[in-house]
Amino acid sequence: MGEHDITLTVNGEKHSLTVESRKLLVHALRDDLGLTGTNVGCESTLCGACTVHLDGDAVKSCTMFAVQADEADITTIEGLADETLHPVQASFEVEHGLQCGYCTPGMVMVATDLLSENPDPDDDEIREGIEGNLCRCTGYQNIVRAVETAAARMDDGAVEGD
Amino acid sequence: MFPDEFDYYRANTVEETRELLTEFADQEVELLAGGHSLIPTMKSGLASPDILMDISEIDALSGVSVAEDVVRMGAVTSYADLLEHGALEAAAPAFYSAVDHVGDRQVRNRGTVGGNLAHADPAADLPGAALAADATVTIVGQDGERRVSADDLFLGMYMTDVGPDEILTEVTVPRVDAAVAGTYAKKASPSSGYAMVGVAVRLEVVEGEIERARVGASGVLDCGIRLEAVEDVLTGTAITDADPTAAGDVALDGIDETMILSDAQASAEFRGALLETYTERAVAAVLEDARPESAVAD
Repeated sequence: MGEHDITLTVNGEKHSLTVESRKLLVHALRDDLGLTGTNVGCESTLCGACTVHLDGDAVKSCTMFAVQADEADITTIEGLADETLHPVQASFEVEHGLQCGYCTPGMVMVATDLLSENPDPDDDEIREGIEGNLCRCTGYQNIVRAVETAAARMDDGAVEGD
Repeated sequence: MFPDEFDYYRANTVEETRELLTEFADQEVELLAGGHSLIPTMKSGLASPDILMDISEIDALSGVSVAEDVVRMGAVTSYADLLEHGALEAAAPAFYSAVDHVGDRQVRNRGTVGGNLAHADPAADLPGAALAADATVTIVGQDGERRVSADDLFLGMYMTDVGPDEILTEVTVPRVDAAVAGTYAKKASPSSGYAMVGVAVRLEVVEGEIERARVGASGVLDCGIRLEAVEDVLTGTAITDADPTAAGDVALDGIDETMILSDAQASAEFRGALLETYTERAVAAVLEDARPESAVAD
């Protein structure tokens, strides 16, 4: 039982993989499926750069084995946009919520998760919501602004990419 | 970063888990639920089990149910799922508050209540909170099922009464007739998010008097502890008279200060000071909730 055949539905597309038990989900996504938008930023489950949505919930894909995700529905950063950017992505652009961009996929994925549960978070709630994500560049200021802007845009019923 | 090889099994029932634990008794087996304590240790090389047995999909171990005198939580219920239950917040507000303080959003989507208690990290939030809540756990072993109160569960650092071939299946907290107020005050490590010190205070109030107080602390000693001196100072006091400062002042009473954890983050002396401060803060917060004048001030 050291190797398993699994099925991952990622961004709407079904994939059949054979993976070692010990293969982390983040490595299956990046190396087996070529979805390198999800980043590995630490070894300690602290940084959140690996955040994806698993069956609708934000999770740290570095702290799961791919076998645990068998038959799950996964959304990675690549899966957020249609023809136009998701409002959260567009807001990060407009508010300059990034510098090097390494934490950004994880920040966008956790922000989207936060807003789906709390569509109108205040400053404290946003900062608490991104506690699982570390940024070494920005000091978080513009990240928080980006999430506020995204909340306002989504609340207005803005069409993606407006 | 890369765990050693292991065999992975997914168990569908508690019975199947018990059978597999017996079958693999000669190998190192770890139960896997949320994995957010276990997997980091496997990635860092601290742990290298031969077999991982995934119990996270066992229906009987998941979910919250409310009976007249108790709230039951399946052991593999995630923190996020627990937080959806108002009945849990009403019955055990300090425990509920501690669940809300665990880790971060992503961790709370995967980590489980049973895993937290069974792993018994000295800096985990739930052991102290389980003590405050007067929680009881169900443990299933080869000889059947037994119930263990939180007071008897935590034995030392990463050590509980759950045996190597046993499964913690359920956590329950009592529902009482008295009005219950409680909270969890935490000094989180800025890097790890674990509790440098965490204090859970639960007050049961009858006719304006604290009939029963239970106070649990995490992060101070090698496992969760009750702060009985603080409980004594609060019990039998009118909630209008109870003094948070007096509670904080006795937080260290009865604790062997030579055993207080000391590490790169905090000396034992600093942890002791944090315990006094966070006890005072927790008591102050609960009293503000419980006092009738707080309604007047609205």
